[in-house]
Amino acid sequence: MADVKKTKKVRGRVAMPHQNAAARAANFGEVALGYSLEQAILEAERCLQCKKPTCQAGCPVEIDIKGFIAALCDDDLGGAYDIIRKTNSLPAVCGRVCPQENQCEGACILGKKHEPVAIGRLERYVADTYAAQSACESVTDLSTCALEREDLKVACIGSGPSSLTVAGYLAGRGIKVDVYEALHEPGGVLIYGIPEFRLPKAVVSRELDGLKALGVTFHCNWVGGKTITVADLFDQGYNAVFIGVGAGLPRFLGVPGENLVGVFSANEYLTRVNLGRAYDFPYYDTPAYRARRVAVIGAGNVAMDAARTALRMGAKEVSIVYRRSEDEMPARREEIEHAIEEGVKIRCLCGPLSFHGDNQGRLKALTVQKMTLGEPDDSGRCSPVCLDGETEQFSCDMAVVAVGTRPNPILLEATPDLGLNKWGYVQADPETGETSIPNVFAGGDIVTGAATVISAMGAGRRAAREIARRLL
Amino acid sequence: MGYRIVSKEELIPGQTTMMVIEAPQVAKKAKPGNFVMLRTTEHGERIPLTIADCDKDKGTITIVYLVVGKTTAEMNSLEQGGEFMDVCGPLGRPTHIEKSGTVVCVGGGTGIAAMHHIAKGHVEAGNRVIAIVGARSKNLLLFCSELSSFCPELRIATDDGSEGHKGFVTEVLKDILDTEDEIAEVVAIGPVPMMEAVCRVTLPYNVKTTVSLNSIMVDGIGMCGACRCTVDGKTLFACVDGPEFDGHKVDFAELKTRLWQFREQEQESMERFSKECQCNG
Ligand SMILES: Cc1cc2nc3c(=O)[nH]c(=O)nc-3n(C[C@H](O)[C@H](O)[C@H](O)COP(=O)(O)OP(=O)(O)OC[C@H]3O[C@@H](n4cnc5c(N)ncnc54)[C@H](O)[C@@H]3O)c2cc1C
Ligand SMILES: Cc1cc2nc3c(=O)[nH]c(=O)nc-3n(C[C@H](O)[C@H](O)[C@H](O)COP(=O)(O)OP(=O)(O)OC[C@H]3O[C@@H](n4cnc5c(N)ncnc54)[C@H](O)[C@@H]3O)c2cc1C
Ligand code: SF4
Ligand code: SF4
Ligand code: FES
Repeated sequence: MADVKKTKKVRGRVAMPHQNAAARAANFGEVALGYSLEQAILEAERCLQCKKPTCQAGCPVEIDIKGFIAALCDDDLGGAYDIIRKTNSLPAVCGRVCPQENQCEGACILGKKHEPVAIGRLERYVADTYAAQSACESVTDLSTCALEREDLKVACIGSGPSSLTVAGYLAGRGIKVDVYEALHEPGGVLIYGIPEFRLPKAVVSRELDGLKALGVTFHCNWVGGKTITVADLFDQGYNAVFIGVGAGLPRFLGVPGENLVGVFSANEYLTRVNLGRAYDFPYYDTPAYRARRVAVIGAGNVAMDAARTALRMGAKEVSIVYRRSEDEMPARREEIEHAIEEGVKIRCLCGPLSFHGDNQGRLKALTVQKMTLGEPDDSGRCSPVCLDGETEQFSCDMAVVAVGTRPNPILLEATPDLGLNKWGYVQADPETGETSIPNVFAGGDIVTGAATVISAMGAGRRAAREIARRLL
Repeated sequence: MGYRIVSKEELIPGQTTMMVIEAPQVAKKAKPGNFVMLRTTEHGERIPLTIADCDKDKGTITIVYLVVGKTTAEMNSLEQGGEFMDVCGPLGRPTHIEKSGTVVCVGGGTGIAAMHHIAKGHVEAGNRVIAIVGARSKNLLLFCSELSSFCPELRIATDDGSEGHKGFVTEVLKDILDTEDEIAEVVAIGPVPMMEAVCRVTLPYNVKTTVSLNSIMVDGIGMCGACRCTVDGKTLFACVDGPEFDGHKVDFAELKTRLWQFREQEQESMERFSKECQCNG
């Protein structure tokens, strides 16, 4: 927390009420409980209502932050909500999971000398509290939602935040949208990746219900490229196709012993627990591995989620193993702090060298290379340098590898005309999202590589705007 | 919005069952070698099953499964007219089928069902197919009449000699490799030890050998890496890179260990399910 005592006039930000750390490490209930009305107003009043607000440009969907905060101060919750939803169709989600410190709050003027306004928390408060007057209003910036033009239809492949944004934007303008999702539940990473204790499924379902009320149809168990191809969609009369299939394919480290029993990708571990609801095994059939000592490799949001999930699944000791130092960790500061409070240990400057198993092929230990920090690399972060001969072995019976993802090949291989960039992601026009195939658009992680919910939504919004412009 | 069970036939009562399921979008695209991910109910686990046959006109697919645990036991409690909550597919790379000459298709256990779809594909492509099926005993053999309807060269092996050759399919296979001139490919589908044994037999003959790996899967669309296996020293995902691989390059020992990852919990689920069944029954 920044030191705010020096400036008498500026109050620090209103603290977010949380579930007690010891209690929450043993349940899947939401960690951050949300502001009360009084807390929200008190925090909103910290906003300087700048003449030239810098915060707005920090938000990828350019919410009129100053405007919604002013409405909130005036006790006009509906007005605040209207302003937010003009550009953001999933505010309850973004208020929770946006890396605000790098975006809106990172750009807030108050943040230069003091703590920035807690914009995300206020957004969440407004979205959670304001019961939308009608479902269609909650997801679009328009108040009508009749499906006026059944002759115009658009297909989205994948149902993550980018596709949901496309669906909301177009459905609100009377265009029929069908969303094809490979898994059995829509929502993308919001459902299978980000755990319940950070983003309750009920919040996501509320947004999905809003879309359904607008006439958006979700077709689960449809795999783009397998069950249906892009060409099939045009044959069926769709006017445009949006590809929002996410990044998906997990990367592994390529070190010995990585296929031992007990080593999992973060995607597998989180999918078992979230989508498969393994936290409620055996009531739900999908099991998750039971472990006492867990090493999570990586230090992004995904790693933090995996570590905190492992604690909740009953592990006695969970550590984050990271090759740089705590300062370089890509996860949100708040998530790191929450993890530490809950008891997650941090082992920095350790690069995994090999996994070791017992005679049954089950993981029992991890050997790491000790590192030190060297010069900053391309990413601007200090690069880790091996300390020759200094290795360490520690025992663990589960390891979760959270070192990023690669593009999922299924749809891309089935769509050979789709232009890809040198990293294998889909090439899309930055302004319109259009790909090398006319009227086929793409956005989100499948274009940028693993990024954020709000940037996927921003991409969805740009594509939807262009699709609407062409069709209407 | 479920997927209706059009027919159910217990091929070996309590053990192996064949079901025809309505899933027109899957049937339309299914090719030999593809599989589906299937879920019984809201509480169920996604499990992979090979598409043993499909009828594009009727919009149905056929699956044949061995009852080994909770999900397959629960499937056996469903009847004709009942529904599955989810059927997703067709997944995996289809079998590579081209006109190549003589192909030997080896099937063991429920693998015979999957093998039969592939054998059919090879026959349709104009290949000469020699099929070998094996089981412990005559009453555990599957799909023999279907196979012989399109494949005149059907060899049978049973452990107890109650039908065909007394012994293993690998003995029959070795005999064929010794007597036939040109074998383009051997395809083996069945229990892991059987596929491994087939690969051991074909290796000295330098015959291309294709196996279908049944690793544990979660999503079946390449997102989780649960299905990873080592092939030619590289880690590959069975659901997107396979499930069929060059058998001579597969690390079978690793596959076998990985299949038992969740044994404890699988047993717990099964015991709980059996108890519930007894209470209700
Ligand atoms: C564990 C975890 C934690 C994260 N935490 C945060 C956070 O705190 N804040 C933040 O901003 N971002 C976070 N992210 C990143 C963020 O979730 C993603 O950047 C964002 O969800 C990307 O959205 P998307 O629309 O591209 O697709 P995704 O959300 O990836 O969804 C893609 C969907 O497409 C489906 N699909 C894939 N292939 C096909 C196909 N062939 N046919 C049909 N459907 C298909 C997938 O099943 C999936 O449902 C996190 C990610 C993870 C994994
Ligand atoms: C591509 C593919 C195709 C398959 N085709 C068939 C088929 O046509 N007929 C058939 O009988 N079986 C097939 N299997 C195996 C089948 O998926 C398992 O038997 C089934 O998942 C067992 O579920 P269960 O709950 O009844 O048993 P469980 O109690 O869960 O497990 C019993 C056994 O099944 C294996 N298993 C458990 N979960 C999975 C999983 N998610 N994926 C794969 N194996 C698992 C375990 O290793 C264990 O040995 C196939 C597997 C794969 C990967
Ligand atoms: S959407 Fe995200 S970046 Fe934009 S204002 Fe809300 S929390 Fe900030
Ligand atoms: S920059 Fe900060 S203080 Fe200024 S209007 Fe935006 S939120 Fe308020
Ligand atoms: S089953 Fe998840 S990647 Fe293959």
